[in-house]
Amino acid sequence: MPPSGMETPFVFYASSHISELTGLRASTLGQLLELIKDVPGASIYHHTHRFLQQHQYLSPEPPNDFSYWVADCLGDVELGEKLASIDTMQFLTIRALREKITVTIEKHLEADPLAKMRFARAGEEFHFIKSISFVFPTNYAAHDLDEFVQALKKVTIDSIYFHIFEARLRLEKPVNDFSNWIGSAIGDKHLADKISRLDPYTHTLEDLRNKIVYLIQKRDS
Amino acid sequence: MIKIDDYAPIVGQSIIDEIRMLAAKMAGRRVQHINSTAVGGGVAEILNRMVPLLNEVGVNAAWDLIKGGENFYSVTKKFHNALHGRQEAIDRRDFDIFMETSRENIAKLDTSSDIVFVHDPQPIALVEKKKGNKWLWRCHIDVSNPNLKVWDFLMDFIVKYDSAVFSAPAFSQRLPIRQFLISPSIDPLSDKNKELAQEVIDGVLRKYEIVRDKPIITQISRFDYLKDPLGVIEAYSQVKRYIDCQLILAGGTASDDPEGRKVLDEVMEKAGSDKDIHILLLPQNDIEVNALQRASDIIIQKSIKEGFGLTVAEALWKAKPVVASNVGGISLQIKHKYSGLLCHSIEGAAFAIKQLLHSPEYAKKLGENGREHIKNNFLLTRHIKEYILLFLSLYHPEDVVNL
Repeated sequence: MPPSGMETPFVFYASSHISELTGLRASTLGQLLELIKDVPGASIYHHTHRFLQQHQYLSPEPPNDFSYWVADCLGDVELGEKLASIDTMQFLTIRALREKITVTIEKHLEADPLAKMRFARAGEEFHFIKSISFVFPTNYAAHDLDEFVQALKKVTIDSIYFHIFEARLRLEKPVNDFSNWIGSAIGDKHLADKISRLDPYTHTLEDLRNKIVYLIQKRDS
Repeated sequence: MIKIDDYAPIVGQSIIDEIRMLAAKMAGRRVQHINSTAVGGGVAEILNRMVPLLNEVGVNAAWDLIKGGENFYSVTKKFHNALHGRQEAIDRRDFDIFMETSRENIAKLDTSSDIVFVHDPQPIALVEKKKGNKWLWRCHIDVSNPNLKVWDFLMDFIVKYDSAVFSAPAFSQRLPIRQFLISPSIDPLSDKNKELAQEVIDGVLRKYEIVRDKPIITQISRFDYLKDPLGVIEAYSQVKRYIDCQLILAGGTASDDPEGRKVLDEVMEKAGSDKDIHILLLPQNDIEVNALQRASDIIIQKSIKEGFGLTVAEALWKAKPVVASNVGGISLQIKHKYSGLLCHSIEGAAFAIKQLLHSPEYAKKLGENGREHIKNNFLLTRHIKEYILLFLSLYHPEDVVNL
């Protein structure tokens, strides 16, 4: 697993994903809500993060499948906006994120009972999918920040994705792997903090790479 | 012979390295693909390229075929249509014919590989031979609204597999086995998708007497009601009232398909004497398809029903703005207003075409986004990677797998 101590070099990991179908589908907001409460965490993760990898060239981008479907297929733009603006960075676990999505929809339904009446057209139902992750080490490792920045320039965006998003939310670490290593192994808490304050959900993965490289290189100047 | 490293300049060396790394986790295991035909059709096309590449990266992969007579394939054709939701008269005798040939194949085929990967319904009954190894069933067709008589018959076999694979979320059903979503792919190095020199494109236009003096709108599809070529002409006519443009409808020859001939006749009649409508009966010529797509300003795919619709991926790969119906797997390829425009009607298609012709910068951006989307998600390299992950998933039931 990724580093945890001073003596450990930072080993860059990456993850590859495959989508597992659940056969569960929703045509209305009510059905969507019930299934969001019930589906595995791997499905909530998929629908809140799939866009980041599949559409990583777009920025700003629709942050999650729920908001996209609610706005585009149900025509509920108001709820779509509410779901899109959920600040995923504020949640440390999938459980907490699921709870926030659930409450957001429930409140909307209370305020606007007619929202229940909206139906997706045939063929535009919401299909629940799970994300299955395969995590593996890459050939890149770093013992200091210079090596780190060189490796960071070369690793795939899947590796950046893994350390920034997946390790934090899916493996329930309080901070992303880069900040954790820079703060603990290198001892540069200021830099670690700067990186952890980047909102990765509003950058493309390439932007994120460039931004982190810039922050590390800027500390020398 | 194309090598996996030939894809590196397109997708990046790191993707190739990742495929090799994942393939190494399959060391010592044999994979056997089984389908019903070596040539013709999308499955054979993909396996022809996929199997050698899998072997090259280190996955021991073989490809075997089942055998069947005319009666068997008449029945499986009926199954195919019925699974697509079409009305078919299917009786006990059809199932008997299917089982008789299946039993012959069960007796003859060696299925002792570690993973047996069965494609489509024709060889599905081979799973009766399962003995402690892993079995995958890959469904390439749209089963979102299947004929239940056929689907229930197939279900007796499907449940014996370890996992099933579908091309679009809408095709999934509630099943007692794991099911995965793996989309088909296009090969960026094939004749249909590779880069072409401008003179090749110009040569094809000259051959078909098409002059690029006004915007070209193109639909590449066989002449079939489900591809709605008449609707395409209607949409073009609505656009033409405001913008001078030309339309190319190009598809395969229809000589062996009585319905195709009928559709073609209706298309010719509807086109009338409009010299800006080019109806091209293309022989199987991938370079010409490639050239026509590249010469076009807008690609349209106004299908009424679609399995996956890889012509959309082909067009987006060429960075063309695409207007397409929101059916089948098309919505996986186009996010409305991000990587193309989706429509639900002739009027909607006409409106979208006008929008794109009036806003070339917007059209260009959609095309560029579309190309990136295809590069990230619908190229053969992604397909190979996901197949390897699928194989690995057979030995790892968990949601997060540490390799």
